[in-house]
Amino acid sequence: MSLAGRLARWEVLLAAVLVTLVWTGTSLSAVFLTPRNFANLTAALIEVAIMALPMALVIIAAEIDLSVESMVGLASSLLGFLWAEGVPLQVAIPSVLAVGALGGLLNGVLVSRFGLPSLVVTIGTLALFRGLALVILGPRGISQFPDAFTAFGFGTVPGTAIPWPALVFIALALVLGIVLHATWIGRQVFATGKNASAARYSGVRVARLKLALFVLSGVVAALAGVILTARFASARADAGTGMTLTVVTIVLLGGVNIFGGRGTIPGVVLAALTLAVLGNVLRLANVAAEIQSIAIGALLVVSVVIPTLAHRTKLAIDRVSGGRRRPAGAVGAGGGTGP
Amino acid sequence: MTAVPDVPSAAGPGPRPARLVLEGVSKAFGATRALIDVSLELQAGEIHGLVGENGAGKSTLVKILAGVHPPDQGTITLDGQPAAVHGPAHARALGIAVVHQEPRLFPDLTVAENVFMGHAPTGRLGSVDWRTMRRATERRLRELDVPLDPGSLVRGLSMADQQLIEIVKALTLDARVLVLDEPTASLSTHEVERLFAIVRRMRDRGVAVLFVSHRLDEVFALCDRATVFRDGRHVTTALTADLTTADLIRHMVGRAVERSPRAEHPIGQPILEVAGLSRAGAFEDISFVVRGGEVVGLAGLVGAGRTEVARVLFGIDRPHAGEIRLDGRPVTFDSPAAAMRAGIAYVPEDRHQDGLVLDFPIATNVSLPILTRLFRLFVRPSVERRLAEGYGEQLRVRMRDVDQLVASLSGGNQQKVVLAKWLATRPRVLILDEPTRGIDIGAKVEVHRIISELTASGLGIVLISSDLPEVLAMSDRILVLHEGRLAAEISRAEATEERVMFAATGAARVAEGPAAGAAGSPR
Repeated sequence: MSLAGRLARWEVLLAAVLVTLVWTGTSLSAVFLTPRNFANLTAALIEVAIMALPMALVIIAAEIDLSVESMVGLASSLLGFLWAEGVPLQVAIPSVLAVGALGGLLNGVLVSRFGLPSLVVTIGTLALFRGLALVILGPRGISQFPDAFTAFGFGTVPGTAIPWPALVFIALALVLGIVLHATWIGRQVFATGKNASAARYSGVRVARLKLALFVLSGVVAALAGVILTARFASARADAGTGMTLTVVTIVLLGGVNIFGGRGTIPGVVLAALTLAVLGNVLRLANVAAEIQSIAIGALLVVSVVIPTLAHRTKLAIDRVSGGRRRPAGAVGAGGGTGP
Repeated sequence: MTAVPDVPSAAGPGPRPARLVLEGVSKAFGATRALIDVSLELQAGEIHGLVGENGAGKSTLVKILAGVHPPDQGTITLDGQPAAVHGPAHARALGIAVVHQEPRLFPDLTVAENVFMGHAPTGRLGSVDWRTMRRATERRLRELDVPLDPGSLVRGLSMADQQLIEIVKALTLDARVLVLDEPTASLSTHEVERLFAIVRRMRDRGVAVLFVSHRLDEVFALCDRATVFRDGRHVTTALTADLTTADLIRHMVGRAVERSPRAEHPIGQPILEVAGLSRAGAFEDISFVVRGGEVVGLAGLVGAGRTEVARVLFGIDRPHAGEIRLDGRPVTFDSPAAAMRAGIAYVPEDRHQDGLVLDFPIATNVSLPILTRLFRLFVRPSVERRLAEGYGEQLRVRMRDVDQLVASLSGGNQQKVVLAKWLATRPRVLILDEPTRGIDIGAKVEVHRIISELTASGLGIVLISSDLPEVLAMSDRILVLHEGRLAAEISRAEATEERVMFAATGAARVAEGPAAGAAGSPR
């Protein structure tokens, strides 16, 4: 079980980094460990963190969805448009989520039925969804949402310091964590990511599975758009711009292999917390926003480079020390079943 | 039978000078010894046939001459000079031109550009001299009597024309040695004739031609001498005039046939019935029946369509015509999942690519096809482990425990894990595609034992194998495919290696008489 061991070590490393950051934060500022700051903490990254959860499943299945940030914008502008047209939110929100599912379905059909690379497909829909958002709402912003709705964005779960959006994140992390790690669906996701061909020969309906993952990603991105609209009490077509980079950063920092087949939901949760706390600490230390962006970019590169280097080093060590017959080339071929 | 050219050959009759000499060449890939101490002499101005069963070492030899693989041992001499081939480009520089089975051309470039790829004539300032290129190509096409326009794109040209362009390319290199690897596999009779005329003309100019083919009638029609390889060794070289088809096949097969005694068991009702099954470009009009407790061998040469038939039966590809019946009821499969549910299991040819998730433990590999059957939603590792342990014991998989990664097992044990995973689906029909390829003798014997045990339990088995002794030893009946068609159906009692090879090489059509004679006489 060297695989589980390696991932466990990665998560332990993340946890250690997180503890160090919290310790730095508390020593930097007295307000760090207050409920108010906790609200700030979640505010910075909550939509991104929510979207990172389904993205983890998509990347483990050896695909990627770069269109999520535009789906946030499409969801926000559609919600604003419907509300401005007098559609009640009880109808508008489910409609927005349905559009998210449709967008995901489009990605999924293009990838799984037509066999197109998801990198290209979702770059296309990245532009497409943003364009639709701008057509629907134009440059204007819609506000005057009802208090109950904005309270969902600002408020906390009664009796606790947990903001409502954070509760969504926790619930989704629990559900997807269980699905990925304890059910046959999760097993099929891993098998598809490690060796799609062997999975297909083993009766896994690979195309259908990928389609479902893209739909999930679309729905959750639309949900993130609704949450963002509630938190800012304003619907805008440019909502979510630039979020995809951070979503992917969290997933990869969480130990998910960019080539598919490896990763855990606990790792992604830890990575989201780490990134949120890092941003918070940098802000408390009065580091400029530009520098924060550099930090996130560097983290993305480092979180891809370190596991790859570690893997290479391990292979090199195996090659030097192992005298036994080695199917390592075949392992590489089996693991890297990306398009 | 040798066609004597009307143009006298350059060297005239009598011994011709040796052009290319291989001495003591050996090549191993890991534990597999592909070529063992092989010697071969190609004379200037001869066409030399090279034949042998699948895995006899023919393609390895071609790859060594093409510079793709360096030999482990042995020497290559070209016109008396020792020549080590360092790579494909170096092979070309030495004057060794290799025409592969599949033409490797650039479809979006013109005929002339393809012919001069890598050595285009240049004008001043190093720019490509298009006119010279076009003229030179035109001249050579005319020399070979090939009616092609040098300016037309390769895309859209027939396989035969592409094959000819490869040969023209070889000509521009002033080839001293021309190697043709299965050049007629995709050609029609007429196109084959045209190709042969050109090859003969090249021979007459003093080029040494090595003609690798499965089609024995072609070897007799074209070649001056023929060499037979078997199991990586040189068996014989003789003038084709002194050989018969039966001789050639006997040399190719050669081994003493070991038939492992098989427990007699009753053969039951038909389970799988296939009628008129066709898939365009792969196979045509295939019909057969598999009964319970029966092993049906599917023999044939590489590319005969055996795996393609299996892929259709397992729902990976769709048939274009024909019917599949399971227990008398017609079925259609739109996916492997559907075929699996109906009771068909397929152990694929490529274990690493299609058979296993190498990075998964043994237990999860075994449970993968039946996850949805075993568990409603939540996976219980203890159930998976017990299942894998049960099959591990039955199939005698050598492992530390079922949590071990499959990648760390030996080839034979990996194959047993593939078998375990398919047995766990409790199939009615099990299709085995090259189940013992690349595994050691001990594991092979065990796989054969498992096959025998499975038939005793009433399973119907389709055994695809290029290992002829294996097919003969294991099968109750043998179906022989030749170029996508059913060439023969031979019962266990009547099956000999010679008969199977006759059918597989298409020789049965040409020489029905000798085939029967050869099958009857040696014993």
